[in-house]
Amino acid sequence: MKVRSGYLSGLLFGLGLAISGMTDPARVIGFLDVAGAWDPTLIFVLGGAVITTFIGYRLVWRRQMPLFESRFQLPTRRDLDTRLLSGAALFGIGWGLSGYCPGPAAASLPEPSWPLAAFIMTLLMGWWLARRLSPAH
Amino acid sequence: METMSWLQGALGGILIGLAASLLMGLLGRIAGISGILSGLLFERGGNRSWRLAFLLGIVSGPGLLILTGLDWGNVSGDSGAVVGVPESGPAIMLMAGLLVGLGTGLGSGCTSGHGVCGLARLSPRSMAATLVFVLAAMLTVFVSRHVLGGSA
Repeated sequence: MKVRSGYLSGLLFGLGLAISGMTDPARVIGFLDVAGAWDPTLIFVLGGAVITTFIGYRLVWRRQMPLFESRFQLPTRRDLDTRLLSGAALFGIGWGLSGYCPGPAAASLPEPSWPLAAFIMTLLMGWWLARRLSPAH
Repeated sequence: METMSWLQGALGGILIGLAASLLMGLLGRIAGISGILSGLLFERGGNRSWRLAFLLGIVSGPGLLILTGLDWGNVSGDSGAVVGVPESGPAIMLMAGLLVGLGTGLGSGCTSGHGVCGLARLSPRSMAATLVFVLAAMLTVFVSRHVLGGSA
């Protein structure tokens, strides 16, 4: 059931990314380009997703535990640190340069291209490097 | 039509929110793509199978739309497409991929983990991270498009 749960959630996520237009880097860059012909679509995507998740989480958390696991695994830290903020800044620069974040990059795989392959190759290297640099691992 | 694009954006966003709520309700997990995929590659243990299934799900969502010929995509300027063409060449994409990987790895999340799930949890760390990566991305686009004048 865990595998089916993972697949179903991923499927809805992938459909959401495609239907919202987040699999189009031009749309993402159009949102980030506030000084150009601004495209507000991403606001609607994020707004729809955050509001739905806000309500969904609160409904789901009424139960003691998730259906197929023994506990909810939620981050507990609330403090800000340099690693978090510098990581977010680096991510933002890469996102702005390409118009891709990890979800849309994966969801674009059904129509692969060389630039996308290049992005995914170094994305994986970056994840590996970040784990090497993290004291927790 | 612009209004249609915004409606599709909201509808897709709602689907993403349902996906996140479902993963929390069924497996008790945050639907953060960078955490799920980097965990799939670099962590041992019992989480690999559901993470792999999640990745297959993400890819098969758009894949099914393409296979069935449903033009439900929202690619700007191409109403029949589901997946847009990259804007940048391989050199920029190599650099961007490294920054996105390193940044989401160090910052413990991307647009989904911080931007969607974290904001919905009202997490101060995710709010700060989202603000920083959106502003950094806007600044990057401003510099590359309007200061350096490239078409990237």
